[in-house]
Amino acid sequence: MPTDPQSPHPSGDERFGLLDGTLRRARHEQDQLIEILHAAQEIFGYLSDDVLLYVARALRLPRARVYGVATFYHLFSREPLGEHSCSVCTGTACFVKGADAIVEALQREYGILAGQTTEDGRFTLSTARCLGSCGLAPVGVIDGEVRGHLDVEEARQLVAAALEHDDVPAEVS
Amino acid sequence: MASAIDLDDVAHTEREARARYVRRALVCTSTACLAAGAAVVRERLTAVIGEHDEVGIVPTGCPGLCSRGPLVQVEARGEEPTVYTHVDEAGATAIGRDHLGDGTPASDVATVPADLPFFSRQQRVVLATAGRIDPDRLEDYVAEGGYAALATALTTMTPAEVVDAITRSGLRGRGGAGYPAGRKWGMLAEATGDTKYVVANGDEGDPGAYMDRTIMDSDPHRVIEGLTIAAYATGATKGYLYVRAEYPLAIERLERAIRAAKRARLLGRSVLDSGVSFDLEVRVGAGAFVCGEETALMASIEGRRGLPTLRPPYPTERGLWGQPTMIHNVETLANVPAIIARGPEWFAGLGTETSHGTKVFALAGSLNDTGLIEVPMGITLREIVFDMAGGIPEGRRFKAAQTGGPSGGCIPARFLDTPVDYEHLQDLGSMMGSGGLVVMDDTVSMPEVARFYVAFCRDESCGKCAPCRVGTEKMHAFLDRICEGVGRPRDLAHLESLCRTVRATSLCGLGQSAPNPVFSTLEHFRDEYLDLLVEEDVEPTREEVPGEPA
Repeated sequence: MPTDPQSPHPSGDERFGLLDGTLRRARHEQDQLIEILHAAQEIFGYLSDDVLLYVARALRLPRARVYGVATFYHLFSREPLGEHSCSVCTGTACFVKGADAIVEALQREYGILAGQTTEDGRFTLSTARCLGSCGLAPVGVIDGEVRGHLDVEEARQLVAAALEHDDVPAEVS
Repeated sequence: MASAIDLDDVAHTEREARARYVRRALVCTSTACLAAGAAVVRERLTAVIGEHDEVGIVPTGCPGLCSRGPLVQVEARGEEPTVYTHVDEAGATAIGRDHLGDGTPASDVATVPADLPFFSRQQRVVLATAGRIDPDRLEDYVAEGGYAALATALTTMTPAEVVDAITRSGLRGRGGAGYPAGRKWGMLAEATGDTKYVVANGDEGDPGAYMDRTIMDSDPHRVIEGLTIAAYATGATKGYLYVRAEYPLAIERLERAIRAAKRARLLGRSVLDSGVSFDLEVRVGAGAFVCGEETALMASIEGRRGLPTLRPPYPTERGLWGQPTMIHNVETLANVPAIIARGPEWFAGLGTETSHGTKVFALAGSLNDTGLIEVPMGITLREIVFDMAGGIPEGRRFKAAQTGGPSGGCIPARFLDTPVDYEHLQDLGSMMGSGGLVVMDDTVSMPEVARFYVAFCRDESCGKCAPCRVGTEKMHAFLDRICEGVGRPRDLAHLESLCRTVRATSLCGLGQSAPNPVFSTLEHFRDEYLDLLVEEDVEPTREEVPGEPA
């Protein structure tokens, strides 16, 4: 295991160096697996097989256990996400206020189902189960920004604007 | 080791500092107001005021009226506080210049009347300081009497006396079933183990509920204080705050609050020099509704898949890592400091005969005003919906109020005068649940509502037991047929029989209560189901199961 945080990571991928830092801060405790996977997803964007194997070895956990946790929880993604994202809340209050029409319109417009990413990797559409901002229903999160009182037209425009926003390719985070 | 905080001293200094301000603007920076633009409002106010000795700008938690955010409350010496609503950049400039600057109310910004029932009918115990203090400052909470209850418990009461006080207060769990808190505390106090644990359940997954989120992001120290008192009373030395990942602001503020409390020696080794130690840590979920169930929650804290296990053994016997563990909902714990500070008799005097205290409700759906309220138990639904939330918008008619989320049920208009407490809601086939209250008007189809909740439970079923994993899938298929207008009477009969099986045979609360929305909508709105059915001998227009991808 690498010990010197200054030396380049043996894999040649510095992101694993960041992950090592997280593992050290968690004292390699097995019960911190979920926290560590959160951090790994933050660093890599998603949880690839390689990342899961790496975490399993570092925590001395069976690979099946790490895979099981990564696939059980909704917020962990096993696939790369699009450069831009829109997550439409489909909690009760948003449902009552017509969130499904927004989801349908965006599905139609981009030719994907909720939970999918467009083929060019530009846009991911997803749904969320209540963001706890029901006073603003219906609510969507577009590129990390919470937008309330949405209607179909506004949601379409906001997503289109987000996609148009960067002529510069988005940096890989 | 740093010395412990002198609570009286800090409270005194803080109050003196506040008294120097002639005017203060309290800017809500909770989740909903931030989404509505509160950050810009705060920046603007700060820019207009600049460095000013007599005017303070305080970022606060949630005052509750989320539908009219961003909210700015202005308090001035010798004046009733003014609540400005829908404040935008121009509004913030006007408030800063006029009201904060020279004391004349900003005329062009909307305000609420001083006696608005949304506020005046509330009785705030859990939310006493939410929306009034900066959640990121320990001193603010201490100035409002925070941590005094912990000090009282540690210095003047034995652990057994604290348990007794909670028992006598009649506090019941706010997360769902309403189990008496004192009994749970007593069980953990008597249990023996190497390490005992106390856990705050902040995995508020019910769609339409955001009470716990608000308590955590608006007054994090109150939860920490409640949990620490629980630890002292029961002999627990380690605690966890389990929060769903969908609440990033709550997580951030709780973590900051824990660090501040540790520095002040309100947590950690020898809390307030009492010799009692309590260590507390936040654990973040990763998107699984089932983790609100206590055995699944414990599995998740241990870093495993959130699969529930059979009870008994109950967590107080065998919990985290096999040790005695007590799990309480966030709101339940937030009641504890007030009970210790003001006495169990005071608390028992609030609410009804069997449901003591207050309840926080998250109002959502077809209402003129939505947001968070805290009311005494026993208030009627009519008072909440029509007096406090201003009724139904756009001239629509009240059809039903859904309480308790996917485990709860719908209450129709004819029961609007029912008192809201544990027993009455249960009699109506609903439940207190955690306190989400979603109002539906006459445009909403009730079979659709049932289908919505069953889809939720189907997606969130952990898959461990067949009745829930397969049952919710099949329930959804029947509801799909009915809602799409191709269901036949036998589909409805099958649905009802299946619901009874799922309720009786599922392993945990998620499956056992998944049929509740179907039962309750059938009981009160059966006609709507019957209207959608086609006769047995009529050939349906579509044979395939609707909703499945072609």
